Amino acid sequence: MSEQPSFTLDGRRIPFRDGQTVMAAALAAGVYIPHLCFNPEFAPHGSCRVCLVKVNGRVQAACTTPAAAGQLVQSEIEELREIRRGILQMLFVEGNHVCPACEKSGACQLQAVAYYVGMLAPHYTHFYPRRSVDASHPEAVIDFNRCILCELCVRASREVDGKNIFAVRGRGINARLVVNTPSGKLGATDFSVGDKAAQVCPTGAILLKHHGYEIPIGQRLYDRKPINVVGDVAQLSESRGGRRHD
Amino acid sequence: MSTLETAARPEYLCRIAIDPLSRVEGHGKVTLLVDRDHHIRQARLHIVEFRGFEKFIQGRPYWEVPVLVQRLCGICPVSHHLAAAKAVDQLVGAREIPPTAEKMRRLMHYGQTLQSHAVHFFHLASPDFLFDFDHEAAYRNIGGVMADYPDVARQGVLLRKYGQEVIRVTAGKRIHGSGTVPGGVNKALTLQERNYLLADLDLMIQWGRNILKLMKAAYAANPGYFTYFATIRSNYLSLIRADGALDLYHGGLRAKNDKGEILFDHLDYRRYAQVLREQVKPWSYMKFPFINSLGPERGWYRVGPLARIDNCDFIATPLAEEERREFMALGGGEPIHVTLAYHWARMIELLHVTEAIKELLLDPDLFGDELAARGEMAREGIGVIEAPRGTLFHHYRINEDGLIEKANLIVSTTNNNQAMNESIRQVAERYLDGKELTEPLLNQIEVAVRAYDPCLSCATHALGRMPLYVELVSEDSGSVVDCLVRDADGTVRNSV
Ligand code: SF4
Ligand code: FES
Repeated sequence: MSEQPSFTLDGRRIPFRDGQTVMAAALAAGVYIPHLCFNPEFAPHGSCRVCLVKVNGRVQAACTTPAAAGQLVQSEIEELREIRRGILQMLFVEGNHVCPACEKSGACQLQAVAYYVGMLAPHYTHFYPRRSVDASHPEAVIDFNRCILCELCVRASREVDGKNIFAVRGRGINARLVVNTPSGKLGATDFSVGDKAAQVCPTGAILLKHHGYEIPIGQRLYDRKPINVVGDVAQLSESRGGRRHD
Repeated sequence: MSTLETAARPEYLCRIAIDPLSRVEGHGKVTLLVDRDHHIRQARLHIVEFRGFEKFIQGRPYWEVPVLVQRLCGICPVSHHLAAAKAVDQLVGAREIPPTAEKMRRLMHYGQTLQSHAVHFFHLASPDFLFDFDHEAAYRNIGGVMADYPDVARQGVLLRKYGQEVIRVTAGKRIHGSGTVPGGVNKALTLQERNYLLADLDLMIQWGRNILKLMKAAYAANPGYFTYFATIRSNYLSLIRADGALDLYHGGLRAKNDKGEILFDHLDYRRYAQVLREQVKPWSYMKFPFINSLGPERGWYRVGPLARIDNCDFIATPLAEEERREFMALGGGEPIHVTLAYHWARMIELLHVTEAIKELLLDPDLFGDELAARGEMAREGIGVIEAPRGTLFHHYRINEDGLIEKANLIVSTTNNNQAMNESIRQVAERYLDGKELTEPLLNQIEVAVRAYDPCLSCATHALGRMPLYVELVSEDSGSVVDCLVRDADGTVRNSV
């Protein structure tokens, strides 16, 4: 019986199966690499760049790099932490992320990753983009101010729900999330809060209507333990992103 | 190219924005209009705060508002949180909220009132009347209080801290917590939390009584000054419990005129717009509310501790009630109009909330498990609460999607707007000597303003430190005759 192939991540041996990415293998082995647009249930997207690691000395996205035997991967080094902090800082100024008022605060993956990489202040000048809130759906609301264009909802709706409700339009700084209807309103779609797309958003952009702040401070998903211990919002189906779902 | 244009390692630098306005904005600006004989014709307090918040929350989901509005004011976030929550209750059709929810909110509110009153009294206001006006300026700060009343100053710090702990336990954090949800709260009290809060409470009640002793001693030492300084006759507005008791969290609206006659009583506050109007004046960003039936000239009123004690028939906790009786006896049947008595009334309330917190903590309802109620959605919600500084109105309308369409807030300080102007006029008239502004006059204006405990950033400085910009304008020519500016470090300069 031949031994399972493996690579080294920050000095630890990480076994992998054929076809696995560095990210997938690391998470499967219980080693956390920060990420936002990655979700093991969907094809990797490689867009947020938060998962940058050094593979044999070259900076690459862990979520799209295939694992190979004998690779030397570095993740928790200051050089990378600095890059990750910079990316998070840019994400925070590009949208309108007002943590103190946001109902997702304490159970938000974006916020938790920011804490994890040591980003405590936004640093850059805020863009303060003018974005809207779509509350046309009876049970859900989209706050575009908080969208980081990870396209997880796009992928979930297309690949799992078979509804193809979301898309990203425009390029570069003009890229934005849209709802695939002539009116662009969620209320005009067959979106349902039971959809996979309703449960994958790593920020507070897609939320249940009429609810919020129901979990007392101190008991929210990331209040006591950091994300590398707790895991991703979307993976914790029983808590549905840190809030009761009744 | 200059190396200053592009830094080599920007990630290690910190950005500082210099806002040219901020230098002026922290100052309270007062314009005094004088006639040929140097009589004050008019005093205007220009307030530049509270701009645009109503616009800012437009388009936000309604359930977010109680948390969002806490950012409105760094001075009493909990009051805004609760006033908005009460409005949101109506939006979600919660006619009655479960007893556990109501009592948890009350507890939070009393905690806020305690900490707010304690901060104001011990950090800002006590030197205003503990020491005589001609006293050494250096003495007029908290250090002076410490020296003369060492225990009281320490007790003030601990009372404040206790209030903050009540907030933390009920709202999750000392500031910007999130205790309420539509129709209720997100947690009940645990036995452990109850015991924790109960442990020091008798001491707090005792200290509340001590402060009143001190308050009365200060009054007795200088009744003349105390009674006439900045004093004006006015109407009074507050919430009132159904049985006429003082109630800081909920009730109907009661207004009295300067003789103590009832103008309206137990009015459902959702009908506030029928009895109150707001006047806009071209020189002020802040509106001037008035009682509709009396018109803008005679209809302005005062809110806050003095108004509440003047308005209520009794206080439901025994020690505070005893103090109220003693206080009201000074009015000989009329409301107390003494502006410095705001401080006294505030301390009666402080004692009341310590007693009320104890009553609540012994109430098993706090441990219930029914936390929120809901009914049929409505498009309009109005929440009113007695914030530490006075009656606070939050009024929201939502669209069919549940987003805020329109908001109208009347904050406590706005309710006292005209009254503060009147008090400044009274002080200036009495103390303006000739046509020159002097530092003592600046101090007096400051003491008058601070009695109202306005939530203005300029008012959060201790005596001799309130950033003020006072100008004297000639009625004839309209030109500025004199101008005195004091910055937050206490330096005074003439800037005419
Ligand atoms: S709405 Fe949420 S899941 Fe969808 S793209 Fe934006 S951040 Fe990602
Ligand atoms: S998680 Fe790899 S690029 Fe986003």
